[in-house]
Amino acid sequence: MNAVAVFFYLFACVLVASAFMVIASKNPVHSVLYLILAFVNAAGLFVMMGAEFLAMILIVVYVGAVAVLFLFVVMMLDVDFAELKQGVLQYLPIGMVIGGIFLAEILLVVGTWAIAPATKGAITAPIPAGVTNTEAIGLVLYTKYVYFFQISGLILLVAMIGAIVLTLRHKERVKRQSIADQVARTPAMAMKVVKVKTGQGLGSNEISSKDAGSAA
Amino acid sequence: MDFFWTTLWPLIIILAQSLLLLVLLLVGIAYILLADRKIWAAVQMRRGPNVVGPWGLLQSFADLLKFIVKEPVIPAGSNKGVFLLAPLVTCVLALAAWAVIPVNVGWAIADINVGVLYIFAVSSLMVYGVIMAGWASNSKYPFLAALRSAAQMVSYEVSIGFVIITVLLCAGSLNLTKIVEAQNGPYGMLSWYWLPLFPMFIVFFVSALAETNRPPFDLIEAESELVAGFMVEYGSSPYMMFMLGEYVAIATMCAMGTILFLGGWLPPVPYAPFTWVPGVIWFVLKALFLFFGFAMAKAIVPRYRYDQLMRLGWKVFLPLSLAMVVIVAGVLQYGHLATSAMK
Repeated sequence: MNAVAVFFYLFACVLVASAFMVIASKNPVHSVLYLILAFVNAAGLFVMMGAEFLAMILIVVYVGAVAVLFLFVVMMLDVDFAELKQGVLQYLPIGMVIGGIFLAEILLVVGTWAIAPATKGAITAPIPAGVTNTEAIGLVLYTKYVYFFQISGLILLVAMIGAIVLTLRHKERVKRQSIADQVARTPAMAMKVVKVKTGQGLGSNEISSKDAGSAA
Repeated sequence: MDFFWTTLWPLIIILAQSLLLLVLLLVGIAYILLADRKIWAAVQMRRGPNVVGPWGLLQSFADLLKFIVKEPVIPAGSNKGVFLLAPLVTCVLALAAWAVIPVNVGWAIADINVGVLYIFAVSSLMVYGVIMAGWASNSKYPFLAALRSAAQMVSYEVSIGFVIITVLLCAGSLNLTKIVEAQNGPYGMLSWYWLPLFPMFIVFFVSALAETNRPPFDLIEAESELVAGFMVEYGSSPYMMFMLGEYVAIATMCAMGTILFLGGWLPPVPYAPFTWVPGVIWFVLKALFLFFGFAMAKAIVPRYRYDQLMRLGWKVFLPLSLAMVVIVAGVLQYGHLATSAMK
């Protein structure tokens, strides 16, 4: 039992336990927090496999951005948790079916490795010697798979524009700030120094010319 | 016995190194906290803390004692587990980032290949401390602060990400040590990246202020509107852990700015008297210089309004840093064509 195995079992056990708690915990905010724990442990497993770039991207993208938005939404929910849990048995069969399909697929993948060991080489090509795995990913991503990479980028762009178009509402008569105009304003445009004689006050023409000055 | 030398001994060394770094870092934090208050006071023509110890030098330690011996109060309506976890998350994550920061050649606890990404990942997790605290307090002001900070920190992370990409394009590595070595040129401080990537240096500095919730972007603890933001319900040690995490995160950002733009441990002039000074001293001086900038920004810039903050992040910094990524990549790829065409 070496140190690597100890860490593998640590990460794997915490990952499975927290993944279970995601569906088992009563409070949805706790579920999201367990999900984050699961992500972090998965990143730990990636590091142990020598895929540190993937591990960091997993944390930056999923934990640092996606899960924040999850938490953002879940925190604002005002739901009766006891009521929410009542329907759980109703959805159990469909959950079991999905879980069963997942299990079957994973068994098929592992079974293929066992039956035909040659296929393993096709998917787990070794990283070329003397190249860090960040470079190795870059070398295939921007050469061999450049079209797929570009297409996936375009799909994300379309999804983003779609979300913006769906939620964008043009409001009439909204006052907007023009930062450039504000910065370009000088005291001469905004103020006028007036000598006021004691007991007389400002004449009406003085006040109106002051308004005209600020509007200009 | 073999097991001891191959497995346990490196572990003990790493533990000792971590402990040393932790102690030095915490003592350093105690003094940059004091420096922050002193600089702020000096700008406002006050004296600042000057009672505990000579010139108030022991003020931070007195504060530490005060926080520790106070009674921690946990609100009855709060979610206790998450309430206590939040300051721990903030503090531990902030300290964890220092594991990869090289303060001199080879002086890092873990000199990993993806050092920049690691720091970026850890600092992107810092938002959880705030969100968890805001939610678990079960109170209005903390919750508003949590919502604000979630939007703010995610926005500014995007521009910090692009800034990091421009530096990576120039350095050609994600390893922090290699990034510093890539800035080692014959012109000393003129070959560091702050000069060729000057707009990005400014974007990084301002985004770092926003990312660490420092003034003028401290909307999550704006005392005039949110009392103390997400920390309203916290007192004694948990509050201290938030403060500690905040200042360690600031120190991390200063160290990161030093590594990415100010040449890390390299001397400003690559000739005799300057090269005799140990690299770690240059590193600390540069980080302190950046921290002085942070403290001055706190003292002299008024707080932003929330919509202005979002505008700056998404409409100014994001397009600017995106354009800079394209320009830098273009110059690196095709720059040699221009120079050969001129001949």
